[in-house]
Amino acid sequence: MLWVDKYRPKTLDQVLVHEDIADNLKKLVTEQDCPHLLFYGPPGSGKKTLIMALLRQIFGPGAEKVKVENRTWKIDAGSRTIDLELTTLSSTNHVELTPSDAGFQDRYIVQEIIKEMAKNRPIDSKGKKGYKVLVLNEVDKLSREAQHSLRRTMEKYSSSCRLILCCNSSSRVTEAIRSRCLNVRINAPTEEQITRVLNFIGKKEGLQLPVGFAARIADKSNRCLRRAILSFETCRVQQLPVGIVISSFTSLLY
Amino acid sequence: MAPVLQSSQPWVEKYRPKRVKDVAHQDEVVRVLTNTLETSDCPHMLFYGPPGTGKTTTALAIAHQLFGPELYKSRVLELNASDDRGINVVRTKIKDFAAVAVGSGHRQGGYPCPPYKIIVLDEADSMTEDAQNALRRTMETYSKVTRFFLICNYISRIIEPLASRCAKFRFKPLSEEIMSNRILHICKEESLSLDAEALSTLSSISQGDLRRAITYLQGAARLFGSSISSKDLISVSGVIPQEIVGALFAACRSGNFDMANKEVNNIIAEGYPASQMLYQLFDVVVKADDISDEQKARICKSFGEADKCLVDGADEYLQLLDVTSNTMRALCNMPQEIGYGT
Repeated sequence: MLWVDKYRPKTLDQVLVHEDIADNLKKLVTEQDCPHLLFYGPPGSGKKTLIMALLRQIFGPGAEKVKVENRTWKIDAGSRTIDLELTTLSSTNHVELTPSDAGFQDRYIVQEIIKEMAKNRPIDSKGKKGYKVLVLNEVDKLSREAQHSLRRTMEKYSSSCRLILCCNSSSRVTEAIRSRCLNVRINAPTEEQITRVLNFIGKKEGLQLPVGFAARIADKSNRCLRRAILSFETCRVQQLPVGIVISSFTSLLY
Repeated sequence: MAPVLQSSQPWVEKYRPKRVKDVAHQDEVVRVLTNTLETSDCPHMLFYGPPGTGKTTTALAIAHQLFGPELYKSRVLELNASDDRGINVVRTKIKDFAAVAVGSGHRQGGYPCPPYKIIVLDEADSMTEDAQNALRRTMETYSKVTRFFLICNYISRIIEPLASRCAKFRFKPLSEEIMSNRILHICKEESLSLDAEALSTLSSISQGDLRRAITYLQGAARLFGSSISSKDLISVSGVIPQEIVGALFAACRSGNFDMANKEVNNIIAEGYPASQMLYQLFDVVVKADDISDEQKARICKSFGEADKCLVDGADEYLQLLDVTSNTMRALCNMPQEIGYGT
């Protein structure tokens, strides 16, 4: 398993970088309730990790048992029927999909699929939450029409369904959607934070890191944690004898 | 299970006015509609105005008040952008619904129940032009038994023939006073404490959009408990702290490109949206006293171009850097760009 996945924090308590945001998210879901959320931030800042951890916080370990499904949807659009194939990741309580995969037909995804999912109430009510969570990736890549369709859907089915939206830049998400969500800005981790994470991983892997090695990677990573961890692992895979002059393998970092 | 659902309802829905006269700040509309309630007669209507001013609320409230819960389902058709509204739907669904005659107007259970149906077309500006054209004649043919309520943000996107068939009402952005009243009312109901500073922050960051204000309030209440300060509201709303905007502007003034580049890098890494940065930088530039009008014009022109590019999906970092360097060029009176073609 890649280190990026191996050391991905599973719960909000384990989060190393965005402790303050994680704390806030914990407060959000303790009240048996959760607003629509919009996560935005640069790549490799930990949006997805936080979302998965949040789902676990809401629904317990069951949220991790996901199954990948490749479903074909038949959508009746007036005179013709459209076949759309879409990969979804779902557990009993949440469904995750990337509507922009459908290209210019993303409007139908939002209109039909989300509506259908939102209408299906969660089945068991023995102590479980009375709502489902839909995770939508790359909402900034959705077309205008699709975003328009989303706005009223969000309100109409708000009693049975919560949306978690995830995107890189909130500029491309229309104002109407932003004003319906609680916006959570995820900033890129600072270099010190990246250094800390790298040292943490190094210790777990039982590696002896040369002084300044982690800081060097952090410096080259452009504040992207994923890239930092990947380059770190690359260095490891190259089996460079620990203690070698650092400048000789910084070329790997690109 | 029911109580859980009750509490999980967004406040925006929970405090949506149920009756027309509760709608805040839109006096003309309320007057006309109260009249409608008494005489149970009304024209086609077109509501337009910025988001969060109560357009949908008003339309739904009048429909509920006219028909009551029992007849509502059979008399009111609500279509919005989440429903497919191509020309086909106008030709079939809307036409079919509009064509059905209804019984004569007898009061039922305290509701006027006038002898017509209502079709609410929410977000009508996102309908295609073809669909709007198909609607023209439908509106007239069935005007005996059907009234249309069109709701939109931009009246310029409604084709003229449709607009001229309706009584138009502009919904204005809510004044700070009305907004504060409403917010305080919600605070009392939810037992929140909000100091005066936080209240004025809330009104200024939401810019007359009551829905946004309520969403921010609920977000802040969830995150920070029952006493909310203005700092909490800013962190929820996604507004960029003034220091950061100030730092970028100062870097532009200094004329040092490397420094500005560093600021831009930092802003992008912190995840602040570039469009929001443009709005706030724009406020700073317009309000600055020591910049000449010509400089302001040059700066604003680059803002406009960058905004367009961002909407079209350009890279945030490059656009922000472009704006920054153009601002720097204007502020430090560096020579104008040399045209490419000449």
